[in-house]
Amino acid sequence: MRYLPLTDTDRREMLAAIGVDSVAALFRDVPRGVWLERPVDLPLAKGEIEVERALGRLAAKNLPAGSVPSFLGCGVYRHHLPAAVDHLIQRGEFLTSYTPYQPEISQGTLQSLFEFQTQVALITGMDVANASMYDGATACAEAMMMANRLTRRHKAILAGDLHPHYCATAATYARFAGHSVVERPPDPTAEDDLAALLDGETSCVVVQNPGCFGHVRDFSALAAACHRAGALLVVVVTEIVSLGLVKPPGAMDADIIAGEGQSLGNPMGFGGPHLGLFATREKFVRQMPGRLAGQTVDVDGRRGYVLTLSTREQHIRREKATSNICTNSGLCALAFTIHLALLGEAGYVRLAELNHARAAAMADRLARVPGVTLLTQSFFNEIALRLPRLAAPVVDALAARGVLAGVPGGRLWPERPELADLLILAATETTTEDDIEALAAALAEGLR
Amino acid sequence: MSTVKYTRDHEWVRVEGDVAVIGITDYAQTQLGDVVYVELPELGRKVEQGKEAAVVESVKAASEVYAPISGEVIAVNDVLSGEPGKVNLDPMGEGWFLKLRMADPKELDALMDEKSYSGFVEGLH
Repeated sequence: MRYLPLTDTDRREMLAAIGVDSVAALFRDVPRGVWLERPVDLPLAKGEIEVERALGRLAAKNLPAGSVPSFLGCGVYRHHLPAAVDHLIQRGEFLTSYTPYQPEISQGTLQSLFEFQTQVALITGMDVANASMYDGATACAEAMMMANRLTRRHKAILAGDLHPHYCATAATYARFAGHSVVERPPDPTAEDDLAALLDGETSCVVVQNPGCFGHVRDFSALAAACHRAGALLVVVVTEIVSLGLVKPPGAMDADIIAGEGQSLGNPMGFGGPHLGLFATREKFVRQMPGRLAGQTVDVDGRRGYVLTLSTREQHIRREKATSNICTNSGLCALAFTIHLALLGEAGYVRLAELNHARAAAMADRLARVPGVTLLTQSFFNEIALRLPRLAAPVVDALAARGVLAGVPGGRLWPERPELADLLILAATETTTEDDIEALAAALAEGLR
Repeated sequence: MSTVKYTRDHEWVRVEGDVAVIGITDYAQTQLGDVVYVELPELGRKVEQGKEAAVVESVKAASEVYAPISGEVIAVNDVLSGEPGKVNLDPMGEGWFLKLRMADPKELDALMDEKSYSGFVEGLH
């Protein structure tokens, strides 16, 4: 394919056609404060070797989570990725295929999506899962919008330990749909009584399990309270490995599950591309957003796969569609499916057990560091600590010593000084005893 | 004898006392093709003439079904949730969608009778 760059004439003609006088005018909705008011500082041309060296120098400024003791979490987790995952997803048939509108040429992709959906439905304990969303945060927002459609109500209650970025995404969706959200204040001790907030206007309560501070809870009673009030319970899961050990949201009688699937098959990748998981009850499937692969038979009775229930979707339903998502995170979903298939059911449970064991060892060790208070008594692989001082400078000091000591509260809730002494840390199967010891020693020294 | 009236959006309404039975016409089901799902309103909902009352999905498309007249939903055809194909087989009979308690029978005057509707459909070809 030839690359045909635009000429100045092309640009002028296109701008004239849409009645705009400059390319910059197309970006007028971007707040002025974040505009770069000068050209990007890049040389016009460099040789390949020079470029590699320059970029290598830049990359060396990072402290990669994979090469040091890392306790980063809060929605993105470091796990071991089997080499087979990357090898298989790079096959051209998978790597280059796009959203499979034509079943006659897309059986492999459709089958992998069908398997993916089956896995997601099984681990969440739900009836049906879609072929994935963009990421956990958008899946959460879509779950809220779906609950609003199903209940014909427009007020969602967002739990105080729902990840603040998920809250912000849901609030943005709600704002532009003319709906409302009740964002509960951050709840590091998980004491908020959400059932008491339910009223006749409430479409859903959105909770996260394990919560953003690490707490693991059983939301069965909240689900029952929601249903009595005519509302739905949306459960967000940002660490999908937890479902190997934690009671699945389906068993708590949740109505919609929105999850982040990065932990299986996908690298942290500076926060993306990641993998939104979405599952619900069969009775709600008509209001589910996103693509759905289904299994059927052809005219000769042979098994085959198709996209199904497409009449929910934008290319058919137009403005009445359940969502404007017309695609999915196909390759990330495939990586998830391969990783989970390699683990198998027993391996998945064992992985979850390992994660919890490492986190328990971490919690025990850190609770012995003078001045540190452990806030999370029931957790999966993530805990919250209260430090005797601001957490962010401590994290910076430990990073300088080659330890990524988790996420300080001030990073997630910059507008809440009362959370600035919180530190949230995750441990996974990649965390060693030495890592925990290095962290504890550095933390003790950093707090001295 | 009951009165049957038709809309330009291919719904029919059959009046039985102060109750109006509503469905889609044979022309509508032919155009849609195999109906795979019907979304019906909840009982007690008030619908307005010309506004959405139900949704019908076929293998080809999803379409709104508009209320031919205003009223309160007093019954829906639950059979369609399991057997949506009844809409294709018997659109004016077993394939009915919902029953309304009519708010204003005068609204019927704005609708077509069978003869005008047949002429209207002829004109579409």
